[in-house]
Amino acid sequence: MKTSDHSPKSAIKQPGKIAVWFLTIYDIYRFIIRFFKEALLPPYEFKEVMRQCYEIGYRSVLLISTTGFITGLVFTKQSRPSLSEFGATSWLPSLVGIALLRTLAPLLTGLIAAGKVGSSIGAELGSMNVTEQIDAMEVSATNPFKYLVVTRVLAATITMPILAFYTVMIGMLGSLLNVSINEGTSASAFFQSSLESITFLDITASTTKAILFGFTIGMVGCYQGYNSSKGTEGVGKAANASVVIAMFLIFVEEVVCVQFFSFFIT
Amino acid sequence: MQQKELTDTNREKVIEIKGLNKSFGDMKVLSSANLDLIKGENLVVLGKSGSGKSVLIKIIIGLLKPDIGMVNVLGKTVDQITYKELLKLRLRVGFSFQSSALYDSMTVKQNLEFPLIRNQRSLTKLETEKRIDEMLDAVGLLKTLNQMPSELSGGQRKRIGIARTLILQPEIMLYDEPSAGLDPITCIEINKLINDVQERFHTSAIIITHDLTCAKEVGNRIAMLVDGHFERQGTFEKVFNSGDEQAQAFYNYNFIQ
Repeated sequence: MKTSDHSPKSAIKQPGKIAVWFLTIYDIYRFIIRFFKEALLPPYEFKEVMRQCYEIGYRSVLLISTTGFITGLVFTKQSRPSLSEFGATSWLPSLVGIALLRTLAPLLTGLIAAGKVGSSIGAELGSMNVTEQIDAMEVSATNPFKYLVVTRVLAATITMPILAFYTVMIGMLGSLLNVSINEGTSASAFFQSSLESITFLDITASTTKAILFGFTIGMVGCYQGYNSSKGTEGVGKAANASVVIAMFLIFVEEVVCVQFFSFFIT
Repeated sequence: MQQKELTDTNREKVIEIKGLNKSFGDMKVLSSANLDLIKGENLVVLGKSGSGKSVLIKIIIGLLKPDIGMVNVLGKTVDQITYKELLKLRLRVGFSFQSSALYDSMTVKQNLEFPLIRNQRSLTKLETEKRIDEMLDAVGLLKTLNQMPSELSGGQRKRIGIARTLILQPEIMLYDEPSAGLDPITCIEINKLINDVQERFHTSAIIITHDLTCAKEVGNRIAMLVDGHFERQGTFEKVFNSGDEQAQAFYNYNFIQ
């Protein structure tokens, strides 16, 4: 149930800053637990999840295509001088492939989605909160958490790995363009060389990170929007906080994931 | 048209509120409020802005929790039932928002469809469409079916909000400031609609307002919320002919101004 009574601020009388911090952490914890509970229990909103997946993908695909292509192209161009010193420009495809798959693609996709999708989720739910649309769902015997939060978080979690792999492909095309102009490498040789160096662990690490980033973007956006303060200022704050917090968490998760997966990479 | 007071000790109480208290921080909004809603009546709750009228109906529908007191709706104590039971209870209690709260990314049809397809899954597509047409016809806005809420006037939005609430065929209607922000002609139309809903769907209703014309037109009984509790209850005449200063001030403000 979404009630203002359950907000951490009203739980105790005039709590201090530390108490508010702990209460907020507890509130976030409850929000995450509720997500898993609601996601697992029927009824399921498959149609809405699919619609959200389309929205998230559609909203970010152009930006991701552009930045992915430029990243692949620029990364190749910047790496060439160092590799050519050792006469190792033939390693460019595998270098770009590994770099894109392991880190650049999930991170880039995550950051773009945090800005594009996270802010949009935060603003949309915030504005629904301000205009009592969430309360209207509550009183019409519909669980707004299931319809609004679960669907968006699931959609972001599902879509992010797909977008990350799409970024890898687009980035490789950017790299291919640069490599074929400078070294005259054919597309088949380029892809063969880059795919040869990619391991199953790289794919696992990349997918795990993308799923984690998607979940974070969806969760942060929904939490900020769903709990936004009333008024137009609240909507702006929710959108802003959705981007800033999601981006920060993405970097933290990147560090943790890199550390974790480095144990398995020899 | 002012209707007869339906108060009768033998009639079934659909809402029973006893000793209700609600505060926000240091601000006490409701204090030992007692109120009953009798089956089939339109009860108007009058009070100044910020007197806790909207808080009262939000507690009734379970959007807010009371600090102390008992709120019994259709035999269920609202703050003591599970969320699942609360959702079931909400199927029987409609809530019309002051702001209409229409889903702005959906058309009128989708707004009405939304609660229906989630709560009455056995309905066929044809039955759903028939029910939507029926409700839009009841509020006189059949031609707005494919319009977006942003394309509607304030009065139309209110009507669609009421239609969306009625689509689940509730036994109780809670109207939050139904005539707020509307011109006098539209106010008359909304008042007529509230009376039509009572007649056609046999609903009991609590109407929150500070508009005495609305109160006079739609209320079988008036309850005045003063300092967090109900001071005067009865027919419009009984409340405003009591010679009470606060009631008189309210009357003067609405009619003499």
